[in-house]
Amino acid sequence: MIGEMSRIVRTMTNIIFGFIVVFGFYVIAHGHLSPGGGFQGGAIVASAFALLLVTYGTEVIQQYIAKDLLSVIESTGLILFGSFGFLGISATYFYNIVANSGGLFGSPTVIGVNPGDLNTSGTIALMNIAVGLEVLAALGVIVLTMSAAAEIIQNKEKS
Amino acid sequence: MKKPIFILAFIFFAAFMFMAAIDMRPFGEPARSEMDDYFIENAQVQASSNNVVTSIVFDYRGFDTLGEGTVLFTAVIGIVALFREVAK
Repeated sequence: MIGEMSRIVRTMTNIIFGFIVVFGFYVIAHGHLSPGGGFQGGAIVASAFALLLVTYGTEVIQQYIAKDLLSVIESTGLILFGSFGFLGISATYFYNIVANSGGLFGSPTVIGVNPGDLNTSGTIALMNIAVGLEVLAALGVIVLTMSAAAEIIQNKEKS
Repeated sequence: MKKPIFILAFIFFAAFMFMAAIDMRPFGEPARSEMDDYFIENAQVQASSNNVVTSIVFDYRGFDTLGEGTVLFTAVIGIVALFREVAK
Protein backbone atom coordinates (compact mmCIF):
# COMPACT_ATOMS: atom_id res chain seq x y z
CA MET A 1 0.00 0.00 0.00
CA ILE A 2 1.50 3.31 -1.10
CA GLY A 3 -0.81 5.61 0.88
CA GLU A 4 -3.99 7.19 -0.39
CA MET A 5 -5.41 10.26 -2.08
CA SER A 6 -6.15 13.43 -0.12
CA ARG A 7 -9.39 13.96 1.78
CA ILE A 8 -10.67 16.41 -0.88
CA VAL A 9 -10.42 13.84 -3.67
CA ARG A 10 -12.00 11.08 -1.60
CA THR A 11 -14.94 13.25 -0.49
CA MET A 12 -15.69 14.50 -3.99
CA THR A 13 -15.51 10.95 -5.37
CA ASN A 14 -17.95 9.71 -2.74
CA ILE A 15 -20.40 12.49 -3.63
CA ILE A 16 -20.11 12.33 -7.43
CA PHE A 17 -19.82 8.54 -8.01
CA GLY A 18 -23.52 7.76 -7.55
CA PHE A 19 -24.62 10.60 -9.79
CA ILE A 20 -22.33 9.44 -12.62
CA VAL A 21 -23.69 5.88 -12.43
CA VAL A 22 -27.31 7.05 -12.37
CA PHE A 23 -26.69 9.41 -15.30
CA GLY A 24 -25.09 6.57 -17.28
CA PHE A 25 -28.07 4.28 -16.73
CA TYR A 26 -30.39 7.18 -17.65
CA VAL A 27 -28.54 7.61 -20.97
CA ILE A 28 -28.82 3.84 -21.63
CA ALA A 29 -32.53 3.62 -20.80
CA HIS A 30 -33.50 6.70 -22.83
CA GLY A 31 -31.41 5.70 -25.85
CA HIS A 32 -34.42 5.61 -28.16
CA LEU A 33 -35.65 9.09 -27.15
CA SER A 34 -32.68 11.33 -26.40
CA PRO A 35 -29.11 11.66 -27.71
CA GLY A 36 -26.88 8.81 -26.57
CA GLY A 37 -27.59 5.12 -26.31
CA GLY A 38 -26.03 1.88 -25.18
CA PHE A 39 -22.41 2.58 -26.10
CA GLN A 40 -22.35 6.12 -24.70
CA GLY A 41 -24.14 5.28 -21.45
CA GLY A 42 -21.92 2.25 -20.86
CA ALA A 43 -18.84 4.42 -21.33
CA ILE A 44 -20.18 6.90 -18.74
CA VAL A 45 -20.71 4.13 -16.14
CA ALA A 46 -17.23 2.72 -16.87
CA SER A 47 -15.74 6.19 -16.32
CA ALA A 48 -17.21 6.06 -12.80
CA PHE A 49 -15.26 2.80 -12.24
CA ALA A 50 -12.11 4.55 -13.46
CA LEU A 51 -12.72 7.41 -11.01
CA LEU A 52 -12.99 4.91 -8.14
CA LEU A 53 -9.74 3.22 -9.22
CA VAL A 54 -7.86 6.54 -9.37
CA THR A 55 -9.09 7.54 -5.92
CA TYR A 56 -8.83 4.34 -3.90
CA GLY A 57 -6.28 2.23 -5.74
CA THR A 58 -6.51 -1.26 -7.17
CA GLU A 59 -6.22 -3.26 -3.95
CA VAL A 60 -9.23 -1.69 -2.23
CA ILE A 61 -11.47 -1.69 -5.32
CA GLN A 62 -10.83 -5.35 -6.12
CA GLN A 63 -12.56 -6.27 -2.86
CA TYR A 64 -15.75 -4.51 -3.97
CA ILE A 65 -15.93 -5.05 -7.75
CA ALA A 66 -15.51 -8.66 -8.92
CA LYS A 67 -13.79 -8.85 -12.30
CA ASP A 68 -15.25 -12.30 -13.03
CA LEU A 69 -18.80 -11.01 -12.44
CA LEU A 70 -18.16 -8.16 -14.89
CA SER A 71 -16.90 -10.70 -17.44
CA VAL A 72 -20.12 -12.71 -17.09
CA ILE A 73 -22.22 -9.53 -17.48
CA GLU A 74 -20.30 -8.65 -20.64
CA SER A 75 -20.86 -12.04 -22.29
CA THR A 76 -24.53 -11.97 -21.26
CA GLY A 77 -25.00 -8.55 -22.86
CA LEU A 78 -23.58 -9.64 -26.20
CA ILE A 79 -25.60 -12.89 -26.22
CA LEU A 80 -28.78 -10.96 -25.35
CA PHE A 81 -28.09 -8.51 -28.18
CA GLY A 82 -27.69 -11.32 -30.69
CA SER A 83 -30.82 -13.11 -29.50
CA PHE A 84 -32.95 -9.95 -29.62
CA GLY A 85 -32.00 -9.84 -33.28
CA PHE A 86 -33.45 -13.35 -33.65
CA LEU A 87 -36.83 -12.25 -32.23
CA GLY A 88 -37.97 -11.04 -35.63
CA ILE A 89 -36.50 -13.95 -37.60
CA SER A 90 -39.92 -14.66 -39.14
CA ALA A 91 -39.38 -11.58 -41.36
CA THR A 92 -35.63 -10.86 -41.31
CA TYR A 93 -32.79 -10.81 -38.80
CA PHE A 94 -33.04 -7.57 -36.73
CA TYR A 95 -36.69 -7.06 -37.71
CA ASN A 96 -38.44 -4.94 -35.08
CA ILE A 97 -41.32 -7.29 -34.18
CA VAL A 98 -41.94 -6.02 -30.63
CA ALA A 99 -42.83 -2.50 -31.77
CA ASN A 100 -46.54 -1.59 -31.62
CA SER A 101 -47.38 -5.06 -30.22
CA GLY A 102 -48.76 -3.76 -26.92
CA GLY A 103 -46.37 -5.45 -24.50
CA LEU A 104 -43.20 -4.17 -22.82
CA PHE A 105 -41.72 -1.35 -24.95
CA GLY A 106 -44.58 -2.06 -27.36
CA SER A 107 -47.06 0.79 -27.07
CA PRO A 108 -47.78 2.52 -30.39
CA THR A 109 -45.52 5.40 -31.40
CA VAL A 110 -47.05 8.82 -31.91
CA ILE A 111 -46.09 9.92 -35.44
CA GLY A 112 -44.89 13.49 -35.82
CA VAL A 113 -42.99 15.90 -33.59
CA ASN A 114 -43.54 14.89 -29.96
CA PRO A 115 -41.45 14.49 -26.78
CA GLY A 116 -41.77 10.70 -26.96
CA ASP A 117 -42.83 7.91 -24.62
CA LEU A 118 -40.38 5.63 -22.80
CA ASN A 119 -42.53 2.54 -23.46
CA THR A 120 -42.16 2.59 -27.27
CA SER A 121 -39.74 1.39 -29.97
CA GLY A 122 -39.72 -2.37 -29.34
CA THR A 123 -36.42 -4.17 -29.79
CA ILE A 124 -34.46 -0.93 -30.08
CA ALA A 125 -34.84 -0.21 -26.36
CA LEU A 126 -34.08 -3.83 -25.43
CA MET A 127 -30.96 -3.81 -27.62
CA ASN A 128 -29.89 -0.50 -26.07
CA ILE A 129 -30.03 -2.06 -22.61
CA ALA A 130 -28.15 -5.19 -23.76
CA VAL A 131 -25.39 -3.17 -25.48
CA GLY A 132 -25.19 -0.83 -22.49
CA LEU A 133 -24.60 -3.77 -20.11
CA GLU A 134 -21.96 -5.17 -22.47
CA VAL A 135 -20.07 -1.90 -22.88
CA LEU A 136 -20.06 -0.95 -19.20
CA ALA A 137 -18.77 -4.40 -18.22
CA ALA A 138 -16.21 -4.52 -21.05
CA LEU A 139 -14.68 -1.11 -20.30
CA GLY A 140 -14.80 -1.89 -16.57
CA VAL A 141 -12.85 -5.13 -17.13
CA ILE A 142 -10.31 -3.29 -19.31
CA VAL A 143 -9.73 -0.55 -16.70
CA LEU A 144 -9.51 -3.03 -13.80
CA THR A 145 -7.12 -5.37 -15.62
CA MET A 146 -4.76 -2.63 -16.75
CA SER A 147 -4.63 -1.00 -13.30
CA ALA A 148 -3.88 -4.40 -11.75
CA ALA A 149 -1.03 -4.81 -14.27
CA ALA A 150 0.34 -1.38 -13.28
CA GLU A 151 0.21 -2.47 -9.63
CA ILE A 152 2.30 -5.57 -10.44
CA ILE A 153 5.00 -3.39 -12.05
CA GLN A 154 5.03 -1.03 -9.05
CA ASN A 155 5.44 -3.90 -6.58
CA LYS A 156 8.29 -5.27 -8.69
CA GLU A 157 10.11 -1.92 -8.68
CA LYS A 158 9.78 -1.55 -4.90
CA SER A 159 11.10 -5.00 -4.06
CA MET B 1 18.87 14.84 -40.90
CA LYS B 2 15.65 13.36 -39.53
CA LYS B 3 14.07 16.65 -38.46
CA PRO B 4 13.75 18.32 -41.92
CA ILE B 5 12.10 15.18 -43.27
CA PHE B 6 9.55 15.22 -40.47
CA ILE B 7 8.87 18.95 -40.98
CA LEU B 8 8.47 18.44 -44.73
CA ALA B 9 6.12 15.52 -44.21
CA PHE B 10 4.09 17.51 -41.70
CA ILE B 11 3.76 20.46 -44.09
CA PHE B 12 2.71 18.13 -46.90
CA PHE B 13 0.11 16.40 -44.72
CA ALA B 14 -1.25 19.68 -43.34
CA ALA B 15 -1.49 21.16 -46.85
CA PHE B 16 -3.53 18.19 -48.05
CA MET B 17 -5.79 18.47 -45.00
CA PHE B 18 -6.37 22.19 -45.63
CA MET B 19 -7.09 21.58 -49.31
CA ALA B 20 -9.66 18.95 -48.37
CA ALA B 21 -11.20 21.28 -45.79
CA ILE B 22 -11.51 24.14 -48.30
CA ASP B 23 -13.12 21.79 -50.82
CA MET B 24 -15.74 20.58 -48.32
CA ARG B 25 -19.41 21.34 -48.87
CA PRO B 26 -21.12 23.73 -46.42
CA PHE B 27 -22.63 22.12 -43.31
CA GLY B 28 -26.14 20.80 -43.77
CA GLU B 29 -26.07 20.76 -47.59
CA PRO B 30 -24.98 17.28 -48.71
CA ALA B 31 -24.35 16.56 -52.39
CA ARG B 32 -27.01 13.84 -52.41
CA SER B 33 -29.73 13.86 -49.77
CA GLU B 34 -32.08 11.08 -50.92
CA MET B 35 -30.90 8.68 -48.18
CA ASP B 36 -31.19 11.28 -45.40
CA ASP B 37 -34.66 12.30 -46.56
CA TYR B 38 -35.78 8.67 -46.63
CA PHE B 39 -34.60 8.04 -43.06
CA ILE B 40 -36.11 11.28 -41.73
CA GLU B 41 -39.43 10.59 -43.47
CA ASN B 42 -39.84 6.90 -42.62
CA ALA B 43 -37.77 6.09 -39.50
CA GLN B 44 -40.56 6.87 -37.03
CA VAL B 45 -43.09 4.74 -38.91
CA GLN B 46 -40.85 1.78 -39.75
CA ALA B 47 -38.58 1.55 -36.70
CA SER B 48 -41.02 3.03 -34.16
CA SER B 49 -38.33 5.10 -32.42
CA ASN B 50 -38.33 8.87 -31.91
CA ASN B 51 -34.51 9.05 -32.18
CA VAL B 52 -33.62 8.62 -35.84
CA VAL B 53 -29.92 7.99 -35.10
CA THR B 54 -30.76 5.12 -32.75
CA SER B 55 -33.21 3.63 -35.24
CA ILE B 56 -30.43 3.60 -37.86
CA VAL B 57 -27.85 2.14 -35.48
CA PHE B 58 -30.04 -0.61 -33.99
CA ASP B 59 -32.56 -1.31 -36.77
CA TYR B 60 -31.46 -0.39 -40.30
CA ARG B 61 -27.77 -1.07 -39.58
CA GLY B 62 -28.15 -3.70 -36.87
CA PHE B 63 -25.44 -5.93 -38.31
CA ASP B 64 -22.94 -3.08 -38.01
CA THR B 65 -23.68 -2.73 -34.29
CA LEU B 66 -23.36 -6.50 -33.82
CA GLY B 67 -19.88 -6.26 -35.37
CA GLU B 68 -18.99 -3.37 -33.09
CA GLY B 69 -19.98 -5.39 -30.05
CA THR B 70 -17.94 -8.33 -31.27
CA VAL B 71 -14.89 -6.09 -31.76
CA LEU B 72 -15.19 -4.81 -28.18
CA PHE B 73 -15.60 -8.38 -26.88
CA THR B 74 -12.48 -9.51 -28.75
CA ALA B 75 -10.53 -6.53 -27.42
CA VAL B 76 -11.45 -7.46 -23.85
CA ILE B 77 -10.42 -11.09 -24.42
CA GLY B 78 -7.07 -9.89 -25.76
CA ILE B 79 -6.43 -7.53 -22.86
CA VAL B 80 -7.37 -10.09 -20.20
CA ALA B 81 -5.11 -12.67 -21.86
CA LEU B 82 -2.23 -10.19 -22.24
CA PHE B 83 -2.13 -8.38 -18.87
CA ARG B 84 -1.92 -11.37 -16.54
CA GLU B 85 0.65 -12.11 -13.88
CA VAL B 86 3.11 -14.82 -14.84
CA ALA B 87 5.51 -16.64 -12.52
CA LYS B 88 9.18 -16.09 -13.23
